[in-house]
Amino acid sequence: MSKVRDMIDRQAKSKRTASDRPPGLYALVVMKFVGNRVALASSFCLILILLAVLFASQITSYDPIQRNAPERNQPPSWLHPFGTDRIGRDIMSRVLYGGRLSLRVGFFSVGLAAVIGVPLGLIAGYVGGWIDNVIMRVMDVIQAFPALILAIWLVSLLGPNINNVIFAIALFSIPGYARLIRGIALSIREMEYVMAARSMGAGSPRIIFSHILPGVLGPLIVMTTLSVSGAIVFGASLSFLGLGVPPPTPEWGAMLDEGRSYLRTQWWVAVFPGMTITLVVLVLNIIGDALRDALDPNVRA
Amino acid sequence: MGKYILRRVLMSFPLILTVVTIVFVMLRALPGDPAQLMAGDRAGPELIERKKHDLGLDRPVFEQYLIFLRDLARLDLGRSVKFREPIVGRIAKSIPFTAALAFLSVTIGTALGLGIGIITAVYQRSWPDRLGIVTSVFFYSIPTFALGLLLILIFSIALRVLPVQGAATWKHFVLPVANLAVGQSALIARLTRASMIEVLSADYVRTARAQGLNQRRVLMRHALQNTLIPIITVVGFSIGGLLGGAIITERIFGLPGVGSLLLNGIVNRDYPMVQGVVILMATAVIFANLIADVVYAVVDPRIRYEQGS
Repeated sequence: MSKVRDMIDRQAKSKRTASDRPPGLYALVVMKFVGNRVALASSFCLILILLAVLFASQITSYDPIQRNAPERNQPPSWLHPFGTDRIGRDIMSRVLYGGRLSLRVGFFSVGLAAVIGVPLGLIAGYVGGWIDNVIMRVMDVIQAFPALILAIWLVSLLGPNINNVIFAIALFSIPGYARLIRGIALSIREMEYVMAARSMGAGSPRIIFSHILPGVLGPLIVMTTLSVSGAIVFGASLSFLGLGVPPPTPEWGAMLDEGRSYLRTQWWVAVFPGMTITLVVLVLNIIGDALRDALDPNVRA
Repeated sequence: MGKYILRRVLMSFPLILTVVTIVFVMLRALPGDPAQLMAGDRAGPELIERKKHDLGLDRPVFEQYLIFLRDLARLDLGRSVKFREPIVGRIAKSIPFTAALAFLSVTIGTALGLGIGIITAVYQRSWPDRLGIVTSVFFYSIPTFALGLLLILIFSIALRVLPVQGAATWKHFVLPVANLAVGQSALIARLTRASMIEVLSADYVRTARAQGLNQRRVLMRHALQNTLIPIITVVGFSIGGLLGGAIITERIFGLPGVGSLLLNGIVNRDYPMVQGVVILMATAVIFANLIADVVYAVVDPRIRYEQGS
């Protein structure tokens, strides 16, 4: 702990702010996170990938869908850094445009799950009683399902479509959020400072928004980071199985499935999308782990 | 304890019933005519009508539901549209491949993960620990389908030591099992390390050390037992993800298991087949979770005192 305390002291001495108080929990968390060089490099890497995917049309001039027969089956070169596939499409362009879809699946499904799961968890944990019981039993049932298998059933009935994939992933991610938030809300509800606030006349909305939500925020951020990577893999898995987006549209999982047949002769068709999705998932997991360590008061900076 | 186990076993039946009911409802509630789906794409109007009658789809929904449940209880999953034979027979032929794949990768992956987790926890902050952390976060992150293709590239195409597709010899199982076991071991290694580190800093371990017990004895008698308890549940709950991974792995390596049956069912729009496999897999996962919970209660007496009485 001494390192952290030194940091606090230094911070307090160097910054003569009006209030002049030591940094709060989140300032400490940021300090610990920034002190983790691997996590910092991963964040940098993630931002680069996000920017590349976002500005795909500025980075590459090749069309990700249009066939270009004269330039087919080319190994990686300066012209085509990731090579081209059997109908001449530039793999790098497809990886960048495909990222839009894979990342959209990851972020949208997790966002949707959090928007539904967090209030459910808050209600279950704060209100308790039979409402808690009903909510948590429903969550139990959803969690008992093998997610990928049920998602395959759902998507095969609804048809392969990106929104169905997002919906399926969100549905199976809700219980994780509800459970996490409920647990924290339960323990904070019993804290003395909450009792003190209540005795001073604070109503439920005030207690939820100014006492319980801030306490939930840290674990929520960790969980969201880690579940975005899970959701990206889940969505890409469905596409790999032919249940995500239909063919000409680029998507990382679907690209790996296409490249599967040409591994022996045109390895680059599968290798580059595979490397990209692995890298994205890896840096998200590293960032999530580092955030968890930074938020854990028992782990030293 | 018998009471707790009985309660837990009885609890899984409503769960299975719920899963089965949801599968039943989804097929009927979602857009599309189930008779059309069940009869297949090329079916003419009279075949659809006959199918409607055969499947009892012209009866009230609740009656359909009861018939569906009665057939399930008799292990009758209906007939495949594509193969024109009972689905149960097809599934029975495929189960050995998937069961072998799942069993081998769970046992090998868990054993490997435990070993790595314990070593990295005991030698915390040393180079084996760092190496273990880096490799486990990598293998934990790489998607099953990407790892499968990587294994084929290395061992089948570059080194030419293992076959790519099929299930003819034991060699055909090496890469599929490795594909699933690697992810499993990374998951277990990460958890074991965290759990072991927590246990090693517990008071009773410090006491044991203070009493002058040697390192091996402290680890074996005191630390390991308590490290293993949370891992048991995780192994049980990992079966669901693993079966999902098995579907992907069977597709990559061309294994004729239950996962291939499922995917071919989807491609052929053979909905009775898809429905049968989904019900089978969901039930298998619920049973795996049940076994994990029961073992957990046997190993950790606190659980049965809290919930059993």
